[in-house]
Amino acid sequence: MNFSEVFKQTNQLCKVSPDGKYLATCVQYRLVVRDVSTLQILQLYTCLDQVSHMEWSSDSLFILCAMYNRGLVQVWSLEQPDWHCKIDEGSIGLVSSRWSPDGRHILNTTEFHLRVTVWSLCTKAVSYIKYPKACQKGIDFSRDGRYMALAERRDCKDYVCVFVCDDWHLLRHFETETQDLAGLEWSPNGCVLAVWDSCLEYKVLLYSLDGRLLSTYSAYEWSLGVKSVSWSPSSQFLAIGSYDEKVRILNHITWKKITQFEHPAIIDNTKATVYKEAEKRPGVGSDEMPLHNITMGATLFNTQSKYEICPLPVQIPVVKPDPDRASPKIGISVLAFSSDSRYLATKNDNMATAVWVWDMQKMSLEAVLEQTSAVRCFQWDPLRPRLALCAGNTKLYLWSPGGCVSVQVPTEGGFQVQSLNWHCSGDSLILLGKEQLCLCYMDTDQEDKFKGTRCRLLECSFFLSGLKHSQQTQHSS
Amino acid sequence: MGEWWTTETSMENYEISSISHVTMSPSRRNNLVSMYSFPLSKSSYSVISAFCTEDNIPQCISYINQELASLGLSSTCIEAISPGDTGLSTVPALNAMYELLQIHRRSMCNLEELEREQLRKSSTLEHIQMSNTRLKDQLELSIREKSGLHETERQLQLKIKTLQSCLKTEKDEVQKLQSVIASRASQYSHDAKRKEREAVKLKERLSQLLIDRKDKKLAIDVLNCLGRADGKRRHWKTTKATSSHEDEMYKSLLSDYEASQRSLMLENAELKKVLQQMKKEMMHILSPRQPSTRGATADDSQEQADLDGEAKGGDASRESLDQYCEHAREQLTNSIRQQWRKLRNHVERLDSQASQAQNQLESNKEVIPRETHEDEMERMRCEVQQCREFIHAQQQLLQQQLNTSFDDETAALLNDCYTLEEKERLKEEWRLFEEQKRNFERERKNFTEAAIRLGREKKAFEEDRASWLKNQFLNMTPFTHRRRYSSSDGQSALSIRSEPEIRMSSVKSQLAKSSTYTTFSTPRPSQSAPVPSTTELYRTLRLIPDSSSSRHSNRGRWPECSNIEDGETLVRPKNRLRSGGMSIFSLGEDENSFT
Repeated sequence: MNFSEVFKQTNQLCKVSPDGKYLATCVQYRLVVRDVSTLQILQLYTCLDQVSHMEWSSDSLFILCAMYNRGLVQVWSLEQPDWHCKIDEGSIGLVSSRWSPDGRHILNTTEFHLRVTVWSLCTKAVSYIKYPKACQKGIDFSRDGRYMALAERRDCKDYVCVFVCDDWHLLRHFETETQDLAGLEWSPNGCVLAVWDSCLEYKVLLYSLDGRLLSTYSAYEWSLGVKSVSWSPSSQFLAIGSYDEKVRILNHITWKKITQFEHPAIIDNTKATVYKEAEKRPGVGSDEMPLHNITMGATLFNTQSKYEICPLPVQIPVVKPDPDRASPKIGISVLAFSSDSRYLATKNDNMATAVWVWDMQKMSLEAVLEQTSAVRCFQWDPLRPRLALCAGNTKLYLWSPGGCVSVQVPTEGGFQVQSLNWHCSGDSLILLGKEQLCLCYMDTDQEDKFKGTRCRLLECSFFLSGLKHSQQTQHSS
Repeated sequence: MGEWWTTETSMENYEISSISHVTMSPSRRNNLVSMYSFPLSKSSYSVISAFCTEDNIPQCISYINQELASLGLSSTCIEAISPGDTGLSTVPALNAMYELLQIHRRSMCNLEELEREQLRKSSTLEHIQMSNTRLKDQLELSIREKSGLHETERQLQLKIKTLQSCLKTEKDEVQKLQSVIASRASQYSHDAKRKEREAVKLKERLSQLLIDRKDKKLAIDVLNCLGRADGKRRHWKTTKATSSHEDEMYKSLLSDYEASQRSLMLENAELKKVLQQMKKEMMHILSPRQPSTRGATADDSQEQADLDGEAKGGDASRESLDQYCEHAREQLTNSIRQQWRKLRNHVERLDSQASQAQNQLESNKEVIPRETHEDEMERMRCEVQQCREFIHAQQQLLQQQLNTSFDDETAALLNDCYTLEEKERLKEEWRLFEEQKRNFERERKNFTEAAIRLGREKKAFEEDRASWLKNQFLNMTPFTHRRRYSSSDGQSALSIRSEPEIRMSSVKSQLAKSSTYTTFSTPRPSQSAPVPSTTELYRTLRLIPDSSSSRHSNRGRWPECSNIEDGETLVRPKNRLRSGGMSIFSLGEDENSFT
């Protein structure tokens, strides 16, 4: 595993183009575009103010930079550096800006959710969509980019508008059976729209593309309900995480619950492996790792950590949420399916240090990663069943069915990984710190190709394949 | 007599009825008393008070006769010798007296018996009274207990009542709270709606204002317009376009449904295949057992018939499987179901058979021990009985002894006996102790002797070794007889050697290490003079006499080990040093243990 040198960034604005060739980062009011393979700067654009949002168009030709506090959007072209476009929302304000899937339209949501403005870069035409609802996830584009679903609020009732993105034709407009719609999401095949109610009521509604209600699911009443929803990439499962610390899996045929995954504080499921991150200070046990001491010179003052397999049962630290506070820190807030829909990773908010990985074939718990600090972010490899996570410290953690590894990011100045993104090829990871970023290259066969440009800083001490075995043997001895 | 009487009167209170029939009538008793006291009065009392005087002899005689007649002694009639005479005819008088005496004796006997009876009765009475009082006590106790239980029951009921009332109030509370929640929720939602309406109004107003103001800033500034991503021109919004959108949507929906249907069909086909397979296998499993059970019961034959029908049906269903015929599917599932049922029955039967067999086995196993067990029990019971009898007899004897001859003297004697016995025992123990002491002494002596002998042997051995070594040195040719030496070494020589040392004993490390070894291990540095060095020789040099048997076993395999471990010693200089230290330590320890 190799790491690149560290680059500056602000607001964690750093994105790889959809085709995987370019890396765009924002530093204050500047937009820097680099080649991903060489990390050389290709273009440098200067915006009018500090950028608060940045996004690639789907064809990787344009970059949108939004400056919310000025109500401005600037678009840059990669092919024609002198081409420019500036959209001013004026005094009405701007809270959100995004590309339409065709990369020729920009959707701006104004302040107070007064309207959504659709700007066309082809015709300079502008159209408005009124009454957008201010909620968790009010707009979603289907994966093929053909349709857009928009949550709407009129006369104290929730509606869903389905637009054809091609010409912004309103295809369907229907009322939903929700008290207070909180979000909507297309299934990956674009034929089913999942709509869920706010946390006051556990209600998930499934609508067909033509607006028919396919099914309604409600697990319980009265207590706080849905916290997160996620489709599996195969559209086969709909995972619903809720405030009762459970994940419920619905199937795509009957839309009934197949199973539910509980997150108990004491894990005694013998089929699951519990990896516990164990920290140790270097230098204390120098006898035990004489070989790695030399390579670890750069990280002498950082604590090292490794995973240990815990014998069951294991007690996961639980933080009891304050019942008087709104939106309590309890329940499943993050759900992520692996790209092959085989695994599901979840995080329960009152067990902030643990990530749970579930096997969707066996419908059982596969592994639990117990970190020493609260997990900030995790993301699946876009191609392989491999989960990368970070916990706001100087380490990067990877899980795969074969085992678990903790890698020290070998940079000076305490690079603390706050967030991470996979490159679309799954070969590299973009690690985002507070004001820095760094690329992490996974070990692949084409490593030699990049040797000249990358500084090889650390030979990872544990390898994925061998780790599980060695840990087990350690345990038995 | 008088005493008895008083007791009797005191007893009269308790049991008048029983006494009344035991005792004689008062008149009769009086008679007896008078008769009894008669002879005495004759001599001591005055004549006046006497029964018979010279004057009233005939009256007396007649009275006595009457009395006798009343007593049923009519045959003997006392009569005067002659009517005027005072003398009595002796024979009848004596006879009468004799009779009377007889009667008296008999009555005395009776009396005694009755007295005894009385005693017994009284004791039983006492016993009965005791038991009566005891029972009464028990009754009282149980009554008290009952009342206590009643009390607790009452309390519990009270508690239940209070709890029920509590529950009721709680339920009411819950209901109240629920209604409160509901009312609040409705209020909240109402308020929320109101606020939302207001907000919407405000938004409308705001947007209106913004539009009215003709916000100049609201603009798009593009250098030159872009082409569409797909390169096409923009369509007009026409009805045709909308219908085409609809078409497209339905098309995509349709394709999705088709895909899902295809996958379902595939799954279905797969499942059907599995079902068929299962059915076939079931039939396969079920058919061989048919001959065995055929005709056993009517049920089985029925099953057989079913199965035959089934086979045909199965074939038919298989044929029509591809046609997705409703009928065929039903038939298939039905047949599977039936066969499954059959299989289950069969398995259950097998299970029950197995359990029966097991039960039988268990019962068989149990029967045999039970007999022996009973025999044993009988035997033991007999034994217990015997023991009991024995104990009883002993107790009786003891009781007798105690009853007959328990006094101070015997007690003293007994005491003496005990002390004597104690003394005897102590003496015995003393003797044992002495014997043990003697044994220890002897052992110690043996030990010292052995030590001395060992010392001597050691000395002899060292001399022997010295001579042997000398011989060895004198006619040694290096490396030619290596194998032989090593083997002989392994068999005869005694050496102290721990594992790490074996590692050290390589050819390479020898020269460097020899000095340290000699100082610590062997008392003769002259022996370690630089001679043609082989590992065997080196080891021989480091021989010391003391050795334990466990080390012998180690020695058995070192010649092979040393060659293998040579490489290791090269790699780990640190280890070598450490192990050297260990060897020194172990040597010192052994010396200590020897002396």
